[in-house]
Amino acid sequence: MSERVLVAMSGGVDSSVAAALLLEAGHDVTGVTLKLWGGESDSGCCSVADVEDARRVAAQLGIPHYVFNFTDDFEENVVTPYTDAYAAGETPNPCVECNRTMKFGRLLDRARAMGFDAIATGHHARVGHESDGRPVLMRGADQAKDQSYVLYMLGRDVLARVRLPVGALTKTEVREHARRLELRTAEKRESMDVCFITKGAKASFLESRLGRAPGPLVKIDGTNVGWHSGVQSFTVGQRRGLGVALGERKFVVDVDAASRTVTVGDRADLLRAEVVLRDALFTTEPGPDEQVSVQVRAHGEPFVGRWRGDRVVCASPQPRVAPGQVVALYRGVVLLGGGIAV
Amino acid sequence: MRPEAVAAMLPFLSDHPGNPSGGHAVARAAKTALEEAREEVAGILGCAPGEVVFTGGGTEADNLAVKGGARAQRSAGRDGIVTSVIEHKGVLAAAARLGTEGCRVAEVGVDRGGVIDLDQLDAVLDERTAVVSVMLVNNEVGTIQPLPEVAARVRARAPRALLHTDAVQAVPWLDVAEWVADFDLVAISGHKFGGPKGVGVLVVRDGVTIEPEIEGGGQERGLRAGTVNVAGAVALATALRITHERRTTEVERVLVLRDRLVRGLAETVPSVFFNGDPEHKVAGSCHVAIPGVESEALLLTLDAAGVYAAAGSSCSSGASEPSHVLAAMGLSRADALASVRLSLGYASTNSDVATALDEIPRAVARLRSAVAV
Repeated sequence: MSERVLVAMSGGVDSSVAAALLLEAGHDVTGVTLKLWGGESDSGCCSVADVEDARRVAAQLGIPHYVFNFTDDFEENVVTPYTDAYAAGETPNPCVECNRTMKFGRLLDRARAMGFDAIATGHHARVGHESDGRPVLMRGADQAKDQSYVLYMLGRDVLARVRLPVGALTKTEVREHARRLELRTAEKRESMDVCFITKGAKASFLESRLGRAPGPLVKIDGTNVGWHSGVQSFTVGQRRGLGVALGERKFVVDVDAASRTVTVGDRADLLRAEVVLRDALFTTEPGPDEQVSVQVRAHGEPFVGRWRGDRVVCASPQPRVAPGQVVALYRGVVLLGGGIAV
Repeated sequence: MRPEAVAAMLPFLSDHPGNPSGGHAVARAAKTALEEAREEVAGILGCAPGEVVFTGGGTEADNLAVKGGARAQRSAGRDGIVTSVIEHKGVLAAAARLGTEGCRVAEVGVDRGGVIDLDQLDAVLDERTAVVSVMLVNNEVGTIQPLPEVAARVRARAPRALLHTDAVQAVPWLDVAEWVADFDLVAISGHKFGGPKGVGVLVVRDGVTIEPEIEGGGQERGLRAGTVNVAGAVALATALRITHERRTTEVERVLVLRDRLVRGLAETVPSVFFNGDPEHKVAGSCHVAIPGVESEALLLTLDAAGVYAAAGSSCSSGASEPSHVLAAMGLSRADALASVRLSLGYASTNSDVATALDEIPRAVARLRSAVAV
């Protein structure tokens, strides 16, 4: 059945091919590029060159293309929570918040209002269906590129209106399609950085927004080993850039924003037997004590754990998950849902 | 473009490729055509041919006027730049640049209809004011500025200041010559009246000294170096002549269409209101706020239905930016983001208006019902 689909086109190869494949499948396709950020940054989907790539691909495909200016909403829903999280000693996932509030929030709402049946993106993940027809999110076919983690929050009502045409393909296949269609984005390299921060300038970005609030660096036993210029520079699990020479490999094991204290320790001090979640969301809540596959980073190797109501009990001790990070739970390749590590 | 303008420029892209600065016969044909175009433009804008400087468009003309005018007066100690807050970015950005070079920049506010506040203008003028730039017609809401009154205030309080006006939007609707008689510098742009993109004019009155922005071979009285775009200048002049000749009848015709559009929208779309000053507004402008409807969503829906509207002003990415003009007029951000511009011109027809009145209420109803869910 032909659908009217609004494709979020970032100017990258994945969303270019997503639009092309939907068109080939006979759908009525319109492209849109979101302008999310007006500040200085050299990457992400807001540069004029990327918008131009999206526009040129749309023109080549013969589909209409528009730009939506969501900078106000992006600042409010993504950038401010991002800096707030660092100020609170947490480690945010801005791409997750952007997906939650912008692409699958604001854009989806607007698409529905305009009469589109669905929106599509170039994410490497798949929308599958259970035996009763209800949609679920599944890992993308290309394990190395799987992005289901950053879509962990999509509920069934949203999934019913989301199309992910490249999720069934490997990245190599995506590029082959792009070459076959002679899309100008076929060989474009992918961006992996936070789109609103200039590469390598995260510290100065955070400092410009949060200022400097120096505090102590201490060992597990409380001994002071130095000073830092602000808790926003630290993430639990971090090893580099501690600013002190301790003569041995040390890791950040805790960040306490209230007392501005950053605690460092050995790798063993980082290990935890469980991960407690807040704001958990599930399309399918795992059963009590169900064994699940647990992913705690966008491209991290999953580990095995058991679901206990508000926490995952790890099969073997795992490095502490930085508070604020998404913890996604899977049953095989099916994403069950997840929450935020506390 | 107007077909007459296209026809006028073609020979200078094919049969007469000469460089007007050259000395041979081929060059002379180009030179003659260029000077005839200059005379035509001068006749319509009410200036002498020698006062017409061809530029690469309206933005370039504005930059040349504001920056060139300010820089020429620095040695005399005049450093004040005064603009209205609703100027085109070509003026505002030029003024901001001068601000980084040590000039004092003042932006004068407007009332709810977009008319400049003359008392505020008085308050920022002084003996050290170098350039005053106030547009004739605003590009977003179509408000006509009281230029003779502006000129009188400036001459009284800042007698040495150069007076510039961006008249880019005015040409199809007003007899520009009448409005700008007191102005030292006047900018227009070809594509706003059926001429080509990338060619404009800055009128620089005799005796007015400005510094060039682009220097080189001394073309255009040394104020705009570079080989002149002969085909563009000829086409601009042709389009200007035709626009001028037909203006009175066109304005009457478009006014009827515009009023039908405004009345129709007021009758069929609940709670709309119109931006701008109905008493001082050009015929081709209809700027409507539709509370509760995001203009980006409306524009996409209308585009798919064959109705081409605009919102705000466009930046290089193609995203629509919240309008600085509507903000200056005191509209809330929400109302500004719910406003669209429906422009009419010489190509607009009765059936265009009928289509718009058919599609807009339908699109609005759909978008509003979705919000209510």
